Amino acid sequence: MKSLQELNVIRDRMMDQIHFRTEHEDASSFTGNRYRMHVLVCGGTGCTSSGSQKIINALEAELEKNNLQEEICVVKTGCYGLCALGPIMIVYPDAAFYSMVKVEDIPEIVSEHLINGKAVTRLLYQETVTPDGIKSLDETNFYKKQKRIALRNCGIIDPECIDEYIGTNGYQAIGKVVTEMTPDEVIQTLLDSGLRGRGGAGFPTGLKWKLAKGNDADQKYVCCNADEGDPGAFMDRSVLEGDPHALLEAMAIAGYAIGANQGYIYVRAEYPIAVQRLQIAINQAREYGLLGKNIFGTGFDFDIDYRLGAGAFVCGEETALMTSIEGNRGEPNPRPPFPAQKGLFQKPTILNNVETYANIPQIILNGAKWYSDMGTEKSKGTKVFALGGKIENTGLVEVPMGTTLREIIEEIGGGIPGGKKFKAAQTGGPSGGCIPAEHFDIPIDYDNLIGIGSMMGSGGMIVLDEDDCMVDIAKFYLEFTVEESCGKCTPCRLGTKRLLEMLEKITNGQGCMEDLDKMEELCLHIKANSLCGLGQTAPNPVMSTMRYFRDEYEAHIKGKRCPAGVCKALMSYHIEEEKCIGCTLCSRVCPVGAITGKVKEKHVIDNDKCIKCGACIEKCKFKAIYKK
Amino acid sequence: MACTKQNVPFAGTKEQETQLLKAIAELKEEKGSLMPILQKAQDIYGYLPIEVQTMISDGTGIPLEKVYGVSTFYSQFSLQPKGKYKVSVCLGTACYVKGAGKLLEKLEEVLGIKNGECTPDGKFSLDSCRCVGACGLAPVLLVNEDVYGRLAVDDIPGIIAKYE
Repeated sequence: MKSLQELNVIRDRMMDQIHFRTEHEDASSFTGNRYRMHVLVCGGTGCTSSGSQKIINALEAELEKNNLQEEICVVKTGCYGLCALGPIMIVYPDAAFYSMVKVEDIPEIVSEHLINGKAVTRLLYQETVTPDGIKSLDETNFYKKQKRIALRNCGIIDPECIDEYIGTNGYQAIGKVVTEMTPDEVIQTLLDSGLRGRGGAGFPTGLKWKLAKGNDADQKYVCCNADEGDPGAFMDRSVLEGDPHALLEAMAIAGYAIGANQGYIYVRAEYPIAVQRLQIAINQAREYGLLGKNIFGTGFDFDIDYRLGAGAFVCGEETALMTSIEGNRGEPNPRPPFPAQKGLFQKPTILNNVETYANIPQIILNGAKWYSDMGTEKSKGTKVFALGGKIENTGLVEVPMGTTLREIIEEIGGGIPGGKKFKAAQTGGPSGGCIPAEHFDIPIDYDNLIGIGSMMGSGGMIVLDEDDCMVDIAKFYLEFTVEESCGKCTPCRLGTKRLLEMLEKITNGQGCMEDLDKMEELCLHIKANSLCGLGQTAPNPVMSTMRYFRDEYEAHIKGKRCPAGVCKALMSYHIEEEKCIGCTLCSRVCPVGAITGKVKEKHVIDNDKCIKCGACIEKCKFKAIYKK
Repeated sequence: MACTKQNVPFAGTKEQETQLLKAIAELKEEKGSLMPILQKAQDIYGYLPIEVQTMISDGTGIPLEKVYGVSTFYSQFSLQPKGKYKVSVCLGTACYVKGAGKLLEKLEEVLGIKNGECTPDGKFSLDSCRCVGACGLAPVLLVNEDVYGRLAVDDIPGIIAKYE
């Protein structure tokens, strides 16, 4: 592609096709669109694992059988966010949202809806089904408070088709940047927008780029952190799978701003679909000359390669990531020098998170003020959260900064399943902390979360209820950080291990009150003296659970009991006499013969023999067995 | 990571060696090539015994102690052979609170091996993996490339039986 005009030709050709999916109007309004219906099926990891590819195959076969391939197109898209209801299929122009689709449903959907025009309402997302017709998705509880910027194309376009991306104004931002803006103007736009790093630390992106631009060198690099190691986080994965071109375009913009001609995406190997989509996207962009030499004929060169991670959480840390690309053990390095001075291969480098990049083309096209008008005073724009754990609507949401936890959990998330009581929301993964119910109405932004002992982190938000033990959760995160610690610095390598041992003592019923004081002191030492962010934040789950749930720790220590009923060593199993009818099912399933009793007589559990496997509770049909 | 198949002799074929040498030749000029070469080698052989590491060291000129250091650092690289069916339980936070720990215990019971080991007949190896990002389907289990979600403990015997 030699000029912006060529890009515009493709955009104008594709625009109608894309708008048909977003404007909810009849096909005749969009002359450039040749299909009367579009059927979008989610091809993200979640839905693919639930069989969405089989659904696509069945759909295409059924359409061919009825000779409809020229009238109706099937599009495999990225994640639309409502993962709890996958596999998901959306039919336009009706915007009918089919959820939990099965292959067996396809013939009916094709004949009733695609041919006869009547949506199969029993298979739709029930909240959209009203007596007056199908409600728009934008009006459902899950979507109405969301504002999708980083995720704007996910679920709408085919991520394996560069033309569809161009149809949504894709690659217009890099076009504008290289033909109309200077590097300093690009950086100023980012500074004015207030965009802060979405990887977790929240460093101002414009400032990072400015520092790198200011360092002269014969070679500079633009890196993307697609390692997304936080367990429970899948924001970046969805962008990579659903809209990979947005990332490529943003990295090119970054290269132009700081004076780099080479980019690297470090993507974790545990995301095979994302890796595949990235490879396709890079090849397509190169074919169109949007990556490579002389972009848009301006003399600006920029190319991108990707490197796979190999299962090391610590490689999400910037210096560890760069040294891993260099082919070494992923051990962090002391800073200064910061990567903006000496980073990858000792050259000035910027490293930004996928989600940070995903916002950039829109900021360039719509202007800094458009972005800074959203959010709070110090945290602008939106944030993507991966909602998981004990919540009805597990999935991906994008909300303006300043949205409260209550809105996310009760309204968007649909509340806690099973009528259970909310206990805490864990944000920031192993580096973060928990937010208890008392802070339900806190507007979520970088500084507020730090103020209450948590952190934004990359966006993973795990909801915990009354059946989760906070000491056990702290232990779970410590087990993770102990395993992932690279071992280079003593405070992290030894400190986290000792901290874990103390937590294990407590959950085994062998803790004492002095342990709590020792743990607090150890946490401060580990935070103050570790070499990198992994160690510096590893104590956070312990510190925040001790701050808000000290009573649970004390119950484990003083009362030798686990209030939530999780820590096995502190639980004992009992049979309620009134409910037991002596059916002997439990004694027969017990692997260690700990239950005695004759037929039709009350049974008894010997707690000295019991190994607390729970098999008896699962077998008992009379709910006569309980733990305490 | 103990494996009950401790002393399995290295049985690399000439064809595998050719593939590896080809990969080394293609990749070695790139900067930071050791990681991609190790990843390719593990695709070819299934694991990275010292014999394969030596071939890589000879082919690239990188000292063996460095190749060994990188191979042992990353959890994806295995110095022990894996089973024909690699069973992996996701122990990410979302899966954990939905009972992935119980799934792992059930698997240990059904397969008769501990997490990190493989069965003596080489059929199944059991691992816990990092978050695979399908948190909406928690808890999640993988057998090679097949993903199983929204599982209960009782589903386990049926899943394993498919691969027997």
